[in-house]
Amino acid sequence: MENLYPPIVDGKSVYDLDSQKYLKMWQGPQHPGVTGNMSLELDISGDQVVKCKAHVGYLHRGFEKLMERRRYINCFPIVCRICVPEPDTNEYLFAAAMEDLLGLDIPERAKWLRTLNLELSRLASFVMWLGGQSGAFGMGTVAQWCLAHRDYVLDLFEEWTGARIYHMYMTPGGVRGGLPEGWDAHAEKVLDGIYKLLDEIRHVMFNNAIFKQRAKGLGVITPDMFDRFGIVGPNVRGSGSTRDIRKDTPYLIYDQLDFEAVTEQGGDVYARAKVRWREVYQSIDLIRQILKNMPRKGPLHITLPNVLHLKVPAGETYVRAESTRGEYGYYMVSDGSEYPRKVTVRGPSYTHAMALLEHLAVGVNTADVAGLMVSLHTYPPEIER
Amino acid sequence: MSDIEQKDKPATQPEWVKDERTLTNSALPSEEQDWFCDARPRRVEKHWQVLENFMNWARAHSLWILAFGTGCGAIEMRPLVTARYDISRLGMQMRPTPRQASVFVIGGYVSLKTLKRIVRSYEQMQGPKFVVAVCSCAINGGMYWDSYNTIKRIDEYIPVDVYVTGCMPRPEAVLAGFNLLKKLIREGKAEGQNLYADKFDWYKANQKQVIKDWNMPDYNW
Amino acid sequence: MQELLDNLKELYALNGITLRNPSLAWAEVTPERLVGLLTQLRDAHGFTHLVLMTCVDWLEDGRFQVTYLLHNYTTRQDLGLHVYVGRTASELPSIHTLWEQGRVYQQELHEMFGIYFPGSPGLGEPMILESWDGPPPMRRDFDTRVYSEETYSHRQRTHHEPEQHMKDRLYPED
Repeated sequence: MENLYPPIVDGKSVYDLDSQKYLKMWQGPQHPGVTGNMSLELDISGDQVVKCKAHVGYLHRGFEKLMERRRYINCFPIVCRICVPEPDTNEYLFAAAMEDLLGLDIPERAKWLRTLNLELSRLASFVMWLGGQSGAFGMGTVAQWCLAHRDYVLDLFEEWTGARIYHMYMTPGGVRGGLPEGWDAHAEKVLDGIYKLLDEIRHVMFNNAIFKQRAKGLGVITPDMFDRFGIVGPNVRGSGSTRDIRKDTPYLIYDQLDFEAVTEQGGDVYARAKVRWREVYQSIDLIRQILKNMPRKGPLHITLPNVLHLKVPAGETYVRAESTRGEYGYYMVSDGSEYPRKVTVRGPSYTHAMALLEHLAVGVNTADVAGLMVSLHTYPPEIER
Repeated sequence: MSDIEQKDKPATQPEWVKDERTLTNSALPSEEQDWFCDARPRRVEKHWQVLENFMNWARAHSLWILAFGTGCGAIEMRPLVTARYDISRLGMQMRPTPRQASVFVIGGYVSLKTLKRIVRSYEQMQGPKFVVAVCSCAINGGMYWDSYNTIKRIDEYIPVDVYVTGCMPRPEAVLAGFNLLKKLIREGKAEGQNLYADKFDWYKANQKQVIKDWNMPDYNW
Repeated sequence: MQELLDNLKELYALNGITLRNPSLAWAEVTPERLVGLLTQLRDAHGFTHLVLMTCVDWLEDGRFQVTYLLHNYTTRQDLGLHVYVGRTASELPSIHTLWEQGRVYQQELHEMFGIYFPGSPGLGEPMILESWDGPPPMRRDFDTRVYSEETYSHRQRTHHEPEQHMKDRLYPED
């Protein structure tokens, strides 16, 4: 069987593409096997991928251009639209970059509430990812459970901030409001439900012989690839690394919380799924810690001058946070006027979905490309912005 | 075609409009011209009214959605298939290919690159087909009214039957939109497909105005 | 951080060194010495992670500022390098051999700003903007609003003064 397939040397197939004995197949943009609106151009010999090219740009809106011609506070409603399933990281980082340039320090209570918001959105994103990963390998049941439970998390967001998807909660200088009465009890109920769900996912997904057989050994990331491809987040933690920005360079109040970076050995799809599954446990634990320890009284917001005419001092800064996909960063340049000179978003999907996926997909069975793609956890809206 | 007929045509007629029944597929090279059908979309003829009522009732109860997430609205389509909102009880489900689908949900902003794929997918869908435009961006540009890469109104490029506003609209709003669509179908008012056939040249001209590298057949069916 | 920059200052003619905070510094380097400096930072000083590569258009000075941001995972420090290049026929050395994702960033910068990186694969192909015939859109002299109004047809909007509108709707006889 082995010699049926073209040999792979140094991550690239040496198949003769001029021989015409291959098939070109487009996976996406209108295809159930891609995450979001992007496409993969696959060259296939038999059922093995010999070449993969990722095409992005279907969701390009030109955010960096739009932000140049909006005032700082007007940028605020649009930044959360950059990443649809996990918008809060964008809000936090935009606010944090602005506060860094202005030299502001936000109240203690606002820091706790921001952390709670970030962790809750991480939880929602991870739960949806677990559904996506199992769905990509043909287990629709887990996908249904996960999406239903994510909806309860969205209900918590709605009760707290007024919106299900785009919360626009962390404004520059603080947060918009405190927790409503009785929210803790609702949150505890939802977290309890997800806690039970995770145990069922362990039975159905991680102990499933088919999932094990397909996911183990698929798309292996080795430690020498980390920096060559710029891999961050759970994708490196699945290969034995302990890089976690919340732990390494703590922001907000992450240094007051008790947690360890989740890490697994193996570096394949199975290990990455395991990392994310354990991170949901970690998120639940962190949310419980925050709710237990957070201050319930105090100011939520510092007083800013008229934000419509707020001039930010000239300078440039870079802030980063750990999203579900890894390092998310905002690079902001100000020229001292009311408009930002340049805001660049460093999304982790950018490198994962392009350079890394094109490298990992070579030699993979066609049916596993969808699972491999989901396991890198890419969200196309943040690739092209 | 005789000279007299040539003269009767208005001077502004685009070169790819051959006549009322056929197309030239002008963007394709001459050897590819033969591979693609040059027929235009046609109006669906109405049956005898009682039969038509029965067929509309049947159509309204089996709407299959094309699973193409064109923008951020796709994120609120996923909860719809779970037990909480459960569109299966309305006879709806997601289908992976346009050949099996009858409802096209435009979820959110449409960038130029996606518009080309939307036109292609829409034309490949088999009739009767309906379009639901979800999110403000598809209706009037929304947040991206000054963006250089998103179109501002989808109804100039494909016909839309139902609009659902909001950024983003809740799943309940999308469900209400589907219910309105079903009502329109039962009353025989969801005529987007016939509108596309009637005003085909107008739609095509609009599409070609923004899609600069038109390299596909004029009608993909 | 300061020590490292002082050591490199002589060798690579760095100037404009600013320490934003103890773990984030910016420095300016000439295009000729860029690849050498990046290689040394990566191989000898532990700045192994290319965080981002982006461009700021200083239209009034007539030049682009291309920023390379590197991160050191052991000391948790960031070092941003600025390279200035003219706005017309801008050309910079390619770094796709140092980091694989450099190719993607360079493709984007080429498309969005028109900066040319000789040798970088895939520069000629459209990446994000398919069938684009205007100028590179992220340049500051490109006005996205004017372009959008000229190219696309906008839906007519109706504006109502809230007070008058509600009065007309609820109490039309008054």
